[in-house]
Amino acid sequence: MDAPLAVRARGITKCFGDVVALDGVDFDVAPGHIHGLVGPNGAGKTTLLGLLLSLAVADEGELAVFGTPVGRAPGGVAGFVDGPGLYPSLTARQNLAALARLGGHSAAPGDVLEEVGLADVADDRVRGFSLGMRQRLGLAAALLTEPRLLVLDEPANGLDPAGKKHVHGVLDRLAAAGTTVVLSSHRMDDLEALCAEVTILATGRVVFTGPLAKLSAEHDELAYRLRTSDPVAARRVLARTRGIAEEKASRGDPEVLVVRAKTPALDELVRRLVQDGVAVRELAPVVSPLEAAFLALTEPGSTR
Amino acid sequence: MTVETPVRPVPTTRAYRFELVKLFATWRIRLLVLACWLAPAVFVAAVSQQSSLPVDTLFGRWMNATGWAGPLVMLGFAGTYALPLLTSVVAGDVFAAEDRLGTWRHLLVAVRSARRIFAAKALASLTVILLLVAGMAVSSTAGGLLAVGDKALVGFDGHLLTPGDAAAKVLLAWVSVLAPTLALAGIGLLGSVLWGRSPMGLLLPAVVALAMALAQLLPLPVAVRLALPSYAFVAWNGLFTDPGQLGPLLIGVGVGLAWAVAATALAYLLFVRRDFTNAAHDGSRRRALAVLPLAALFAATAGVIAVATPALGSGIGQDTLQQSVATAFAHLYRLQTGQLHRPDVTEEQLAATAACTKGDGLVEPEGPGNDWRCVVTWHLPGVAATGSAVYQLDVTSDGRYVADGDGPKEVNGYFQVRTPDGDQPNPLWQFDANVELLSATPKG
Repeated sequence: MDAPLAVRARGITKCFGDVVALDGVDFDVAPGHIHGLVGPNGAGKTTLLGLLLSLAVADEGELAVFGTPVGRAPGGVAGFVDGPGLYPSLTARQNLAALARLGGHSAAPGDVLEEVGLADVADDRVRGFSLGMRQRLGLAAALLTEPRLLVLDEPANGLDPAGKKHVHGVLDRLAAAGTTVVLSSHRMDDLEALCAEVTILATGRVVFTGPLAKLSAEHDELAYRLRTSDPVAARRVLARTRGIAEEKASRGDPEVLVVRAKTPALDELVRRLVQDGVAVRELAPVVSPLEAAFLALTEPGSTR
Repeated sequence: MTVETPVRPVPTTRAYRFELVKLFATWRIRLLVLACWLAPAVFVAAVSQQSSLPVDTLFGRWMNATGWAGPLVMLGFAGTYALPLLTSVVAGDVFAAEDRLGTWRHLLVAVRSARRIFAAKALASLTVILLLVAGMAVSSTAGGLLAVGDKALVGFDGHLLTPGDAAAKVLLAWVSVLAPTLALAGIGLLGSVLWGRSPMGLLLPAVVALAMALAQLLPLPVAVRLALPSYAFVAWNGLFTDPGQLGPLLIGVGVGLAWAVAATALAYLLFVRRDFTNAAHDGSRRRALAVLPLAALFAATAGVIAVATPALGSGIGQDTLQQSVATAFAHLYRLQTGQLHRPDVTEEQLAATAACTKGDGLVEPEGPGNDWRCVVTWHLPGVAATGSAVYQLDVTSDGRYVADGDGPKEVNGYFQVRTPDGDQPNPLWQFDANVELLSATPKG
């Protein structure tokens, strides 16, 4: 018998008065995976995460965590939405110790503080913490419960590069140990670095859900920066290659061309440049595949 | 196959301890606890040593005569200012703090029950409020006893209470004001739930207390006055008469407790229906609806009191005032006799009576005012002549009055009397007493 999905959502609808926050949302998350939720502001990400944390009940649909309907699951779900809830008058350690006593958890605050890189400031009041430190402490608070499903809303918000790397490492280790993570973010680079699968929401509906590779394959006509040894010759080659179009030149650097193409046309362009003796010094997407897909799928009037 | 079991919420006792940890972590609460346990002792001790006493405050004129006056002066001050402000700061902020910090969702995920969160917060704020009230009572008592001593207290009608009797009644008085304090705490919880981070929620108990204090100054019918949840802040002085004026006090305590239950229940119902995922929630509609049940409670209470008691008028009638003045005068005359080392005389032997008029007899002798004038007459054993003395009275609408001696000066003029505890003003010169509002016969 197959293990149940970590999250299984079917036809989830949630309204606030006349506002439809979620409209028939379907998506699955496999156990032990890190799953990203992406969408513009107001797309319904936080509402969906709130449902997973049992903060609200869906008006319609089925939402199950490890095969059990949300709200009847025997614990094992932790995380935060709209930022971590912390008490500024307490120190980091006191916040966690109070939470541990509240929940009857045996995990030691010191261990989780060490894990998120806050051991040095464990006895400082949270009042003086930066946004990034609060985010990490929020993650530590969730880890206290040793969750099977970790739900995080914008966990990298306010983190410096080192902090972000640290948090990514923590999440990778958790996933490797079998914890499922569902996180939302506006940072496409974070999601690409962490997630194998994503769900894109727009105005309360799922416009894509699945592996990142599939997203790239479906939306592979991207804009690329092309830097060569001879921009004039490169432009001539570009003009006689089918399926490729030059966009507006890069601002401030006349040697860089910006082209839009699917992968096969791009391969052909590179072959021809090499045949004509033009060296390719840089060829990189202007925006990441995920960001391109996100923009394509969530722009008003886009075809879904 | 796993059996589905509902998510088990955190036990209320754990959530309660969590709330206490959060409350005592704030400097505001720590400072309040410190202030309530230290400041009253310092205040009472310092004032008791001064020659100028706070005679406008009930029992203030006895502060350098007995240590038991200090906690009663503090109680009068607490009912007017301190307790409404304390309930504002504690109960009025206990829910709003989570809104301000943005921690509601976090708390709900941790506790998994809005009901238990409410219970824990209400119990924790109640605990802190009780700690603060206990601090004021214990501290002011300690300050009074240490500075002045454990001596007899002159009651609110002039009769002398032994130190043991005074101690018991001081304790009862502080216990009785817990009822209106709890009512204000319930209103604080309601304001905190309704207004969230808005300062209006925090200020609600203080604003309501101020409004009720102003209402007590107005010439309202007794039934309306007694239906206010703050009435026990005034009615505790009935413990210090002989016999005790317990009717208004018991009604005040009952009304206070009814308001505490109603406001807390209302806060609970509104809280458990709150949608914590809806950022657009502002509760404005609920605020309007919340006023209705409390207004209904007030109207119902006033109606029941009006039907069940003689409480339709002001409660201040000529007969009751005359009886009160005569009783107080007789008690204080006996006290003066003892202080002046004259032969003892009993109240029965004095058979004091009073004849009171209002506005020089030109207005109906009823209701509050500073134009009451009473002529007290009494007899001394073995003396054929009848003694008489005149008093000008300032009667306030809550039934309390100050009687100011207007001659003859040998009886009720200002002079110092040498007592074993030092010089004291003539006890018949000025005295506080009150009219029992519910004993009045309604007009009409």
